[in-house]
Amino acid sequence: MNVRPDAAALADEAGSWRSAYLHVPFCARRCPYCDFAVVAAGEPGSGDTGRYVDALIAEIRFEDAPFPLDAVNFGGGTPTRLEPEDLSRILAALDDRFGTGDDSEISIEANPEDWSPGYGAALHTAGFDRVSFGVQSFDPEVLAYLGRAHTPLQAERAVLDARTSGFSTINIDVIFGSPVETRESWEATVDRTLALEPEHLSAYALTVEGGTTLSRAVNAGADAPDPDTQADRYEYLADRARDAGLVRYEISNWAKPGHACRYNLSTWNMGEYVAFGTGAHDHRRGVRSRNVRRIDAYLSRVEHAERPRSGHEHLTPCERERERFMVGLRLAAGVATGTIGEAFLASPDGLRLVDAGVIASSNGRVVVLRPLLTDLVARSVLSVPTDDC
Amino acid sequence: MAAPSRIRNFAIIAHIDHGKSTLADRLLERTGAISERDMRAQMLDEMDLERERGITIKANAVRLDYVDATGEAYQMNLIDTPGHVDFSYEVSRSLEACEGAVLVVDASQGVEAQTLANAYLAIEGGLEVIPVVNKIDLPAADPDRASEELAGVLGGTADEVIRVSAKTGEGIEDLLEAIVHRLPAPTGDVDAPLRALVFDSFYDTYRGVVSHIRVVDGSIQNRDEVQFLATGLDVTADELGIRRPTIEPIDRLTTGEVGYLITGVKEIDLIRVGDTVTHTGRPTDRALPGYREPKPMVFSGLFPTDGDDFERLREALDKLRLNDSSLVYQAETSRALGFGFRVGFLGLLHMEIVRERLEREYDLDLVATAPSVAYRANLASGEQVPVRSPQDLPDSAALASIEEPFVKVMIITPSTFIGTVMELVQQRRGEMGEMTYLSPERAELHYRMPLAEIVFDFFDQLKSRTRGYASLDYEPDDYQVSDLVRVNILLNGVPVDAFSTIVHRDKAYTYGKAMVSRLRELIPRQLFDVPVQAAIGTRIISRETIKAKRKDVTAKCYGGDITRKRKLLERQKEGKRRMKMVGQVEVPPEAFVAALKLDM
Repeated sequence: MNVRPDAAALADEAGSWRSAYLHVPFCARRCPYCDFAVVAAGEPGSGDTGRYVDALIAEIRFEDAPFPLDAVNFGGGTPTRLEPEDLSRILAALDDRFGTGDDSEISIEANPEDWSPGYGAALHTAGFDRVSFGVQSFDPEVLAYLGRAHTPLQAERAVLDARTSGFSTINIDVIFGSPVETRESWEATVDRTLALEPEHLSAYALTVEGGTTLSRAVNAGADAPDPDTQADRYEYLADRARDAGLVRYEISNWAKPGHACRYNLSTWNMGEYVAFGTGAHDHRRGVRSRNVRRIDAYLSRVEHAERPRSGHEHLTPCERERERFMVGLRLAAGVATGTIGEAFLASPDGLRLVDAGVIASSNGRVVVLRPLLTDLVARSVLSVPTDDC
Repeated sequence: MAAPSRIRNFAIIAHIDHGKSTLADRLLERTGAISERDMRAQMLDEMDLERERGITIKANAVRLDYVDATGEAYQMNLIDTPGHVDFSYEVSRSLEACEGAVLVVDASQGVEAQTLANAYLAIEGGLEVIPVVNKIDLPAADPDRASEELAGVLGGTADEVIRVSAKTGEGIEDLLEAIVHRLPAPTGDVDAPLRALVFDSFYDTYRGVVSHIRVVDGSIQNRDEVQFLATGLDVTADELGIRRPTIEPIDRLTTGEVGYLITGVKEIDLIRVGDTVTHTGRPTDRALPGYREPKPMVFSGLFPTDGDDFERLREALDKLRLNDSSLVYQAETSRALGFGFRVGFLGLLHMEIVRERLEREYDLDLVATAPSVAYRANLASGEQVPVRSPQDLPDSAALASIEEPFVKVMIITPSTFIGTVMELVQQRRGEMGEMTYLSPERAELHYRMPLAEIVFDFFDQLKSRTRGYASLDYEPDDYQVSDLVRVNILLNGVPVDAFSTIVHRDKAYTYGKAMVSRLRELIPRQLFDVPVQAAIGTRIISRETIKAKRKDVTAKCYGGDITRKRKLLERQKEGKRRMKMVGQVEVPPEAFVAALKLDM
């Protein structure tokens, strides 16, 4: 059944899906813009892949209230730094403890340089049916700026091979708006990306996150990404993706009908998810918990049969409502209006934003029509005083 | 209780940073008022704000007991005075309660304009002045030069100047002896009907109005029925006391003594600074000469960011006024900013301090408009109307001329910066008066210039162009007709009253251009293009555009991000809350004082 990725009914259904996230922190190198919990080659813990896999499996087995999984996502770091056998063992442990159905989405993030025909085939055999390639760009200069190790050709080969191996959904991740990117280079990247006919596309504006090498460079005077240029690039991509039959269903995500990412849709709709590994966050029964970020602490805690939690947050009904609205605004399907939305639509800010064509309200939902202004809308929503918040 | 002959009431006059507070601490310590161990640094500077800025705003009085070298015991009352040009009125109030003043000059800096102005105030008030050179322990100190300068200014000799280091304590004994032997004792008739001067008062949440008084004649006792002559208020003296510097209730204050008086009165306007306290049963028939009413020199609009806070702002101003009779205000309505107050201040620092106190002590979020001076509009009809705000300026058709207040300015600067200072003052429409050399290295320059030119960052400019060495003092002179125009600022095509300013015609274009460009930087991008224009009447003299915002979103939001993302947005929301909606445009509070920071 080929449901449109931006259908409101799909978004609503996704809120009831439950999923699992597995974090694999290992990377060949640390990309200058990345602020995730990663362990680059040569850093302490980088040799502990075997222990880490065992620890992940042990952590999965700690679970005392399992539920069947609608989606599983391996992210990182670089999950493809692990051998297919290890990934297979982890999947088996998940299936054993939680249960995954035949139509569950089993997805993995991959770096093109780790991919080989044999590797892809082995992953598919292990049960993966969706792969997300960190392609980022087809311009070697941009790839170098982003600290990526692969070549444009490697990226194309990996995508083509994944298709041959039988993956039903292939995602291509691209990053736009870096200071070294030109209009021509971006258009060429879009050309080559769409020529690969991916079922799914994620396009992220380069963001300077605090504490990264990139942020230090920018603070020291290096060029920062320009938001207006990024807006140009985004608009160009949006037109081209639409013409290629890709439907935008979140600010930065496009898919062909039937190929929306179940894991992501679920998290954006307040669905529950469990999460394993360093720095992983889970969300169950109104509690958001997080794991320790450091691999040594994580390994030691799990090996001592302790949950490797570093903290949690109980959401009040009010905070839940705010989160629901704030995250839901990111979806092309919009978000069910609810109490917070009613108050917002009646506020001076809400009226202005409707007038300016930034948002619209219809069928009990609020939709952001200019996705690049979503945070501006979210701040306006949060600024509205509501009775129960 | 001491005989008047054994009382010495004195103030310390000093420039900011010349060590007044440290010197006061040292005097307190030497006279045993506080032990070194208990000493909170800079005891007399009570309010946080004062400590942060290193200046003293509120007058305060502390009693010290001193036994001199011959074994005679004395009661000393140290009356604190503010050290900034804006507060010369407060200085005058404090000085009224004293017979003498200690004039402190930094041995490395020499005489400063404000110190000199305050010293002249003291001399005019008939006070005996003891010149002191402080910080003689500093390597850069030049006590000889500073002494020469002081002696020159005061008309004495250099060997009358006492050299101290408040930091090390050197010379403090000499100073104490000089206070006892060079300053006169208070005169006054112990048997006459009570006359006491209210030289300061402040509002205490628990005790109501607390007044500092100086007994001039007679004496006052606890439970006495007293009358405030100016307001006719009859009350009971609930509590008398002194500060040492801790509060110490006492039974009686007699001729020459200084202390506080609490009457339980809570109403702000019933006890005025400058009033005379006497006995209800045996009143004096001669009120003490009143103080001069302080005249506000600078006006600014204060508006609560949240319109609902208007009444809270009114209450806060009412309370501040109790401590600060120089504060004047009246309700004002701005199309852009809603309901607020037009507030008159003694100067820019006073304005800044009041605003900070309102925000800090009364938890108000305020938008302040660029300050303006009090103009006068002469109408074609021959009538004259006050213009306290640019919006008050009548239409040009009805207007014959505009007068603006002028001030006499005194600047003391190292000789090397004379050219720089002259250039600055000329840019600000100043007319050169006399120039005298205090020493070969330092000169005293006199000017006459429009107050409006000082209000706009003149002091900052003077400091930065003379590397901090020049000092400034000014006093009101006359009004004078000038060729002035109102420059309106239009945001999104609509004039914003809070941005309009009255400037000299020759500067209107430069001002308009600088203001428009500054506002373009300060106002964040909006949902649509926002033109910013400057206009005189209907003529646009400058224009820039704030381009519409196109991207305001985090590209990526995954499961692990949601808490962080929510918190980030909640934080950013606070920035949004500070914004003031002007028509359809969100304007940050800084924009309303943009005119103060113009590069022109």
